[in-house]
Amino acid sequence: MGPEGGAPPAIELTGISKRFGAVQANRDISLTVAKGTIHGIVGENGAGKSTLMSILYGFYRADSGEIRIDGEPCRIHAPRDAIAAGIGMVHQHFMLVDTFTVLENVVLGAEGGALLAAGVAKARAELQRLERDYALEVDIDAVTGTLPVGLQQRVEILKALYRGARILILDEPTGVLTPQEADHLFRILDGLRKQGVTVILITHKLREIMAITDTVSVMRRGEMVAHLTTSETTKEQLAESMVGRKVLLQVDKKPAQPDEPALAVEHLTVADDAGIERVRDIGFSVRAGEIVGIAGVAGNGQSELLEALAGIRPVRQGCVRLSGAEITAEQRRDPKEMRRLRLAHVPEDRQRMGLLTQFEANESAILGYHDDPAYNGPVLMNRGTVVKDCEGKMGLYDVRPDDPLLKTGGFSGGNQQKIVLAREIERDPDVLLVGQPTRGVDIGAIEFIHRRLVALRDAGKAILVVSVELDEIMSLADRILVMFDGRIVGEVAAAEATETMLGLMMAGIDPSETQEATP
Amino acid sequence: MEAFGLFILILDATLRVSTPLMLAALAGLFSERSGIVDIGLEGKMLGAAFAAAAAAYVTGSPIVGLAAGVAASMLLALLHGFACITHNGNQVVSGVAVNILAAGLSVILGIAWFAQGGQTPQLPEAARFTPLVWPGADLVAGVPLLGPIYSELISGHNLIVYLAVLAVPATWWVLYRTRFGLRLRAVGESPEAVDTAGISVTWLRYRAVLCCGFLCGLAGTYLSVAHNAAFIKDMSAGKGFIALAALIFGKWRPVPVMGACLLFGFLDAVAVRLQGVELPGIGQIPVQFIQALPYLLTVILLAGFIGKAVAPRAIGVPYLKEH
Repeated sequence: MGPEGGAPPAIELTGISKRFGAVQANRDISLTVAKGTIHGIVGENGAGKSTLMSILYGFYRADSGEIRIDGEPCRIHAPRDAIAAGIGMVHQHFMLVDTFTVLENVVLGAEGGALLAAGVAKARAELQRLERDYALEVDIDAVTGTLPVGLQQRVEILKALYRGARILILDEPTGVLTPQEADHLFRILDGLRKQGVTVILITHKLREIMAITDTVSVMRRGEMVAHLTTSETTKEQLAESMVGRKVLLQVDKKPAQPDEPALAVEHLTVADDAGIERVRDIGFSVRAGEIVGIAGVAGNGQSELLEALAGIRPVRQGCVRLSGAEITAEQRRDPKEMRRLRLAHVPEDRQRMGLLTQFEANESAILGYHDDPAYNGPVLMNRGTVVKDCEGKMGLYDVRPDDPLLKTGGFSGGNQQKIVLAREIERDPDVLLVGQPTRGVDIGAIEFIHRRLVALRDAGKAILVVSVELDEIMSLADRILVMFDGRIVGEVAAAEATETMLGLMMAGIDPSETQEATP
Repeated sequence: MEAFGLFILILDATLRVSTPLMLAALAGLFSERSGIVDIGLEGKMLGAAFAAAAAAYVTGSPIVGLAAGVAASMLLALLHGFACITHNGNQVVSGVAVNILAAGLSVILGIAWFAQGGQTPQLPEAARFTPLVWPGADLVAGVPLLGPIYSELISGHNLIVYLAVLAVPATWWVLYRTRFGLRLRAVGESPEAVDTAGISVTWLRYRAVLCCGFLCGLAGTYLSVAHNAAFIKDMSAGKGFIALAALIFGKWRPVPVMGACLLFGFLDAVAVRLQGVELPGIGQIPVQFIQALPYLLTVILLAGFIGKAVAPRAIGVPYLKEH
């Protein structure tokens, strides 16, 4: 397939199996990746992609199977072996020391001697060469933690290249990037491919697979279910093999029938725990019967906005109007009062704020509503009712397994999210706030959650969705607001929004000012 | 001139009192920069003090005493490491256990071996680290200003005092100029970064804990074989905890940590001088007040005057791979 058809493949895995306790994470997996190509691996959460790559990088040891690198059998028992074999990995959560300079991060583990001076001087020269050759410009004396995530990711790539990596594994690399940053990353990967580097890209974004990869493998429940050539497949076909059934990628919905504003925000300013203003003087409204989406790169004030609207975080200035009540800096309302005002909130971080992972599902399913008389007798809680109530919700939301007595942490991400959504939506709120509705949720469950939210909209409720997934915002919302640096920098009707336009706004650039038309 | 002489004497005492603090604080620095909380500095010092005094008494050699003190302290450090690194135990609980173990064991062994109520017998001069007089110290003693500085302050301390002073630049150099130091700083901030860089987190942290044990061993030996001439029950008297306060006060950096130790030592030296002295307008200052000052200062100054002390990010958290 590649230009060097006779050369042995860069990576050849045969019969890899790995079991964690009762879970078979990888079952008899085989994979061949040709040298100098970009190979995508897609699959739902828990399909075993990360486990497989961790085995290749020596983080875990396979129970059985063989790894060949460039045709040679290779024992990889620790990351050190993988590095020696020319494998580099960019993890989803960066493996960087925030307090170190870029240079220190790059040399860590490859210092070239017991004293630093010589190795650091050598690294400085070598890094300048790498930055030039691969268009990976970073200030190597900057403190890593102060760099934006896009640049931190470059540091990770530089780290791998500095160690002489000829095979680069990237685990969900675009989750934290703006579309423009992602495009830049793809140009870098393309450059690497031209220089003969083999790239493995793990992602759940099918758009990226189609955009950059040469070949793609699909994993489902620990097994490889398809090896495809990208140019000969489609997003729909990939989605179908990931889930094992047909999936609707686009949310099927009628035009919104918006009514009166149910939630109005005026001149709202909110500060974070350190007292820094993260939301600055913003105003918008959400009408009954519409879904408003807030797009933006994570960390631009969306979290603080959601928390302020939910009553978790105090308002510094401005006001929020809802059900005839006002929330201002003087008139605080806690989450319980907000609930009484018929507002429901699905927090962004369900593990931390939405659920108690150590509690049983039925307990998590009444969190925040536990003092409802329906669940309580005169003295004791009425456990029977609570469990029965949870059973009902589980049936309605197709939570699997449908066992109300199972610990919440024992459910997959998608099913945990369904428990939270069921709890909040079944209260029949007038206003629903949803943070990252499908973060860490399988493609099959995404479809379900989206349909639920649209149904709620059609029932005349106001919904505010905050998501860093642009695809999700674009397909779910009726109106899109873009947040950058605590302000709303643009508003677009979803029908008129393009990814380029939103991407520019997410980077703080007004698209009307850029004359240069992007093809 | 009178005041100057007194000032030199107080500085001289400061140095002597600060020595075990500096050694113990630097010991804690190695451990905590690698991500292992060590409230067992106190216990390791006490264990070392006992072992050093016992060995020096039996062999008559301070060097053998030093070796025994360092060995005892490193063994206790390994115990802490075994609990915290190998078995991911709670680091505070393990540290407390080391303290209790050392306090109990030193007295019990002392009674069993020497039958003097838990003390070790008085060491003869030859079995102790005695003051080293620098060349010409007697000659220049009479020279105004510089004379007393050289003969009192610089000359005339025992070996361990000089080691403690040298340990500060040495620690700085190891931390910022060597591969081991780079990795040590990294593992306390982000052990996962160290692991994925192909370095063993376990082995690295064990080495850090051993460095800690070594320096605590010096501190403990100083107490019983240099500063005093015997091991006395509970003779570390909270110095390990003051060292810990100095470590936080100095924000886990060698030179500021030394500054904190010297400040605390100075307060202690002044306290001794002020004992029983009537100050005009104030009256007698209770000794307890001055003894509490290091802790008060740490809390008050850290609470707002010198900024936040940001601990190494991974401190106190055992390193576990997911699954």
